[in-house]
Amino acid sequence: MATVDDLKFQEFDDAANLLAANPDATTISINEPAEISKNQHGRLQEPGREEDDELLGTDDSDKTELLAGQKKSAPFWTFEYYQTFFDVDTYQVLDRIKGSVFPVPGKNFVRLYIRSNPDLYGPFWICATLVFTIAVSGNLSNFFIHLGKPTYHYVPEFRKVSIAATTIYAYAWLVPLALWGFLMWRNSKVMNIVSYSFLEIVCVYGYSLFIYIPTAILWIIPQKVVRWVLMVFSLCLSGSVLVMTFWPAVRDDNRRIALATVATIVLLHALLAVGCLAYFFDAPELDFPAPIIPAHNGTTVVTKS
Amino acid sequence: PQFAGLADVSISGEVPVEGEITVPVSPHGPDEDFSTLDEPVRDTIMRDLKAVGKKFIHVMYPKKSSALLRDWDLWGPLVLCVSLALMLQGGAADSKDDGGPQFAEVFVIIWFGAVVITLNSKLLGGTISFFQSLCVLGYCVLPLTVAMLVCRLVLLAGAGTISFIIRLIVVLAMFGWSTLASTAFLADSQPPNRKALVVYPIFLFYFVISWMILTFTPQ
Repeated sequence: MATVDDLKFQEFDDAANLLAANPDATTISINEPAEISKNQHGRLQEPGREEDDELLGTDDSDKTELLAGQKKSAPFWTFEYYQTFFDVDTYQVLDRIKGSVFPVPGKNFVRLYIRSNPDLYGPFWICATLVFTIAVSGNLSNFFIHLGKPTYHYVPEFRKVSIAATTIYAYAWLVPLALWGFLMWRNSKVMNIVSYSFLEIVCVYGYSLFIYIPTAILWIIPQKVVRWVLMVFSLCLSGSVLVMTFWPAVRDDNRRIALATVATIVLLHALLAVGCLAYFFDAPELDFPAPIIPAHNGTTVVTKS
Repeated sequence: PQFAGLADVSISGEVPVEGEITVPVSPHGPDEDFSTLDEPVRDTIMRDLKAVGKKFIHVMYPKKSSALLRDWDLWGPLVLCVSLALMLQGGAADSKDDGGPQFAEVFVIIWFGAVVITLNSKLLGGTISFFQSLCVLGYCVLPLTVAMLVCRLVLLAGAGTISFIIRLIVVLAMFGWSTLASTAFLADSQPPNRKALVVYPIFLFYFVISWMILTFTPQ
C-alpha cells in the first residue's frame, strides 16, 4: 500500500539507497523517449529483462538502470554532454573488445557489454588504429613482396593513409547512420522488440572492426591462401557479432526484409575487408620470375613478371 | 566576558606575520609588468628563447617538474613541427601519390593528432588544461626530431642494410623516449582507472611519426 512517503518526489540518490536496501523491489526506470518503446515491449516479452533483473544487485547496473535516462541530460553544447560518451574505464573497454573478438552465440553484444553506456572512445580509436595498421601493413607487405627485384625502389605510399582513413571512418559512421535510419523507419511500421540508439549501433560497428587489426598485421604474410583464410575467419567473427546484434531488431519484421537487412550488413562488412585487401596489399607472386633468356641477334629479352 | 581567554594570548616576535608592504622606491615597482615595452628587443627574445630551451632540457631529462606544465608555450612545438616537416621533404617517388608525406600532411598530423589526444584525455576526465597538454605533446616530439636529423645524416653516408638497422635502432629508441617523456608529464592528471586509455593514443601518435621518419627514403 502506498504511503505518503512513496508518493513524494524522491531524488535519485534516495532511490538508489532504497534499492540497495531492498534489492527485490520492482523498479521503474525512466528512459529517454526513444527508448520508451523498447522498454514497453521489453516488459511484455522480456528477452533481455531477465538479464537486467538478475543484475540489479550490483552497483554497476544500479547506476545504469536508474541513471540511464539521466545520463545525457546536459545540453548538447556543453562539454559535459560529450564527456558522457567517454564514461568508460580501461577494463570496460577491454571487456568490450574481448566480447567482439569472442562472440558468445546467442548473447547480444549490445545487451551484454554496452548496457546503455555506449562510448565513443572504442569506435574512434579502433578506427584510427585500423587505418594506420592497414596502411603500415600494406606498405610492409609490398616491401617484402618486391624486395629482391632490382628495379624496385621503396616508396612510403603515404597517400594511402588518407584513403584508408576516409574509407574506414566513412564505413564506421555512415553505415550505422543508414542502418539506424532504416531501423527507425521500420520501427514506426512494425513494433520491434529491441531498437538501438544511434550511438549503440556506432559502438557495435566500431568494436566489431577490432578483429581486423590483427588480421591486417597477419596479412603481411605474402601467401594468397593464408590471406583469404584470415579474411574469412575475421569476417565470420565480426560478422557474427553484427548479425547477433541486429537479428533481434529485425526478426519481427517481414521475413524478406529482415533477411535482406542482415544480408546487407554482412555484405557491406565483407566488401570492406575485400576492398582493403585488394587495394592496400599487392598480390603476392606465386612463381619466381622466369630466368632471363639471353637475347639472340638482338631480340628482346623475355621475362615473366 | 566572551574574550576572557584571549587575555593570555600574546604575539611574540617569533610568530611570522605575513603581508606585503610595497614601497615604490625603485623603478621596478608594481608597474614591472608593463615595463617590458622599454626593454631592448634582445631581452624580450632571449627570455622566450630561454624558456623554450629550458623546456627542451626538461624533455630530454624528464623528471617530474611542473615547469613544463605551468608555463606552457607553443613556440617550441611549432619550431619542432616545422623542422621535422621540412626534413621529411625531398623523399623519392615515381609519382606524387606514392611518396612520403607532404609538408602539410606532417603539419596536420602533428597538430591535429595533438588536439585529438588532448580532447580525448579531457573527455575521459583528465584535469590538465588544453594548451598545457598541447605544449607537452609538442615538446615531446623533440627526441623524434633528433632521430630524423640522425637518419638524414646516416642516409648521406649510404642507404644499405646497415644504415637501415642503425636508423631502426635510433628511431625505436627515440620513439620510446618520446612516449615515456610525455607519459611522465601527462599521466598524473588522468583518473587512475583510465590511464591506459589515455596513454594508448599517445603511443599511436608517436608511432605514426616514427613510421614517417623511418620510411623516409631519399632520392
